[in-house]
Amino acid sequence: MRLFAAALALCAAGFAVSAASTDQRVADAVITGEGFPRTLAEYGFFQDASGWQPSDGVVPYKLNTPLFTDYADKYRFIYVPPGQKVETDGEGLLRFPVGSALIKSFGYEIAGEPHLIETRVLLHRADGWLALPYVWNAEQTEAKLKVAGKRLPVTFTDPSGTERTISYAVPNKNQCKECHSLSDAVTPIGPKARNLDDGMQLERLTQLGLIAERPEIKKPLPVWDGPQSASLEDRARGYLDANCAHCHNRKGSASNSGMFLTWEEDNPVHVGVGKRPTAAGRGSGGMEFAIAPGQPDQSFMIYRLKSLDPGIAMPEVGRSTVHDEGVELLSAWIAEME
Amino acid sequence: MIRSLIAIAALSCSMPVLAKTLTVEAGADAQERLQEALILAEPGDVVELGAGRFDLTDGLSLDVDRVTVRGQGMDKSVLNFAGQLGAGEGLLVTSDDVVLRDFAIEDSKGDGIKSKGADRIVYHALRVEWTGGPKATNGAYGIYPVEASDILVQDSVVRGASDAGIYVGQSKNIIVRRNTAIENVAGIEIENSFDAEVTENLVTGNTGGILVFDLPNLPQMGGHNVLVARNAIIANNTDNFAPEGNIVASVPAGTGVMIMANRNVHVKDNAIINNGTSNIMVVAYTQKFDDPNYQPTARDVFVEGNVYGRAGFAPDFPGGQQLAAAFGGSLPSIMYDGLGENLIVNDKVSGVNLGLTEVGQGPENANPAPLGDMPGTVSALDPITLPASMEAALK
Repeated sequence: MRLFAAALALCAAGFAVSAASTDQRVADAVITGEGFPRTLAEYGFFQDASGWQPSDGVVPYKLNTPLFTDYADKYRFIYVPPGQKVETDGEGLLRFPVGSALIKSFGYEIAGEPHLIETRVLLHRADGWLALPYVWNAEQTEAKLKVAGKRLPVTFTDPSGTERTISYAVPNKNQCKECHSLSDAVTPIGPKARNLDDGMQLERLTQLGLIAERPEIKKPLPVWDGPQSASLEDRARGYLDANCAHCHNRKGSASNSGMFLTWEEDNPVHVGVGKRPTAAGRGSGGMEFAIAPGQPDQSFMIYRLKSLDPGIAMPEVGRSTVHDEGVELLSAWIAEME
Repeated sequence: MIRSLIAIAALSCSMPVLAKTLTVEAGADAQERLQEALILAEPGDVVELGAGRFDLTDGLSLDVDRVTVRGQGMDKSVLNFAGQLGAGEGLLVTSDDVVLRDFAIEDSKGDGIKSKGADRIVYHALRVEWTGGPKATNGAYGIYPVEASDILVQDSVVRGASDAGIYVGQSKNIIVRRNTAIENVAGIEIENSFDAEVTENLVTGNTGGILVFDLPNLPQMGGHNVLVARNAIIANNTDNFAPEGNIVASVPAGTGVMIMANRNVHVKDNAIINNGTSNIMVVAYTQKFDDPNYQPTARDVFVEGNVYGRAGFAPDFPGGQQLAAAFGGSLPSIMYDGLGENLIVNDKVSGVNLGLTEVGQGPENANPAPLGDMPGTVSALDPITLPASMEAALK
């Protein structure tokens, strides 16, 4: 399934690069205007009503290590208004000009067919970023704004071949911000230069004229599930950066926890080693430390990732099922710690 | 004439839109209707909850400044989270100048109400309750403001929290007054915070009544300037039901007031009665830590004008019974670890000095002796003043 998704993304990428100009143009005024557009179609991000064919200037991209969202397949796109470019900031987050948009569709393969659940947009307006969720109808012909979010039953087959039925949660507008916030302002989190650097992608985005200048990346964020790509520790830290650090950083929603899981963090206590619970409540699971070296079973970081109870589970938003492979990676990392 | 018309038109254009009231009634789809109101509210608006029980399926959140969320009374408008599927709390507030009043939160899976970075927040006449009473499976904090300045929590009732009923963390300029905290692990806890007043609260049936703590490895440390005054702190003898690992799991049942690793804490004019381990405990942080910026001892603690009832009749720590036996069967009202600086007690009350010599030692290392007279004078803490807008918002 993931292969299929990757192939699809690649096709889309090829299309965007080679396609001649199409009729469908992105509605810049809708991105930068006021209010909350009621349907996804109003933006003109896609040529087709079903949200698969990106319009001119809407460019697919992928991340080395993505955020886990209930095994959903994700399709990501960047839009930058004509004549403008994205600036880089070293290895970190790209800097998008006002009028840019990040578009991310979430879906599953259902009965052999890719099926979209929702499309989230991040709009860079003059007064800052705005995050809005759009939910697709069953016919896959229209996605409508759901500011208050929505729960939808979904049945899919996970990568191990097991069928899972979950209550998929489309986040509400505030929950979008819970993850997408730095010092209380909405911000993109995915497109960091080091997480985009797969050896080809930054070149492609630069050639397309999207990025002003290809940044120097000393150490790309590893592919979390590619054992040949990096050490176990680096892959674990990459996973934490992509899945946890948007809240668990000094300016994020979990700043008060003292748990800072960014790629750059070098204080082991802040990463969780020997870190006692602060406000974890039941999340401690009766354990003393977030990470007890050598003892994943005594590390409440693992306990929280394995739980679905809202009073215990981490992340607090965006996960209705356990990411078994992620738990396995972090457990292996903790097990080998001394 | 025309000119004045234009002037009026210009004036009306530039005037802010009038505040409106968004009323949300209990009933089907309460989750979506209420969450939508909390998102679409604009600064100055009131989100009014009707009477009745709102059955919610997920956490709620508010991120708009200057919004009031008001119910019909803490027993009339009830937000019920027994069927909650997601989110770490019942209600999360992340905007400034918010007033929450006159409603209840019941049985949330995590915390009850959390406000993070929400300055000038007012919690008034709320009830946050886990209706099954004290249980380890209850959420951690009832009312939980963190990382903010100017916090008022008043006239509210909190019951059953498996950590603290009212917990203020890493904040500044705080008033917690006239609340009832009953059957929580900690009734009221002020942690890693500066300039707080905890006054006129009824704190009973908890494991520990009022805790003033400071913990290491956090963004804000060095808790200081806390007044604990005119509270009734009675019979806090409930067995500790906090999940292990959390700092409150180490609080002995039967603790009245506990001051740990804080500076300039005044305990004045309280009634502290029938707490089975100790009425007032003044101690250092005992767990191992790796943080050069952390000060683990209790300093400048001032105790005066309190009324004391029985204490120490069921000491809940290793060696407690033996220690009590040495004091004739029960421990005295005040327990001091001997590691702090400048403890002043002007009350005619007896105490024990555990005579510890190093931070990290527990009571099993005690070399106990009567506390003896420790009189002294200090200047009163500056009264906490909150911005006038906060009081005005309640009128």
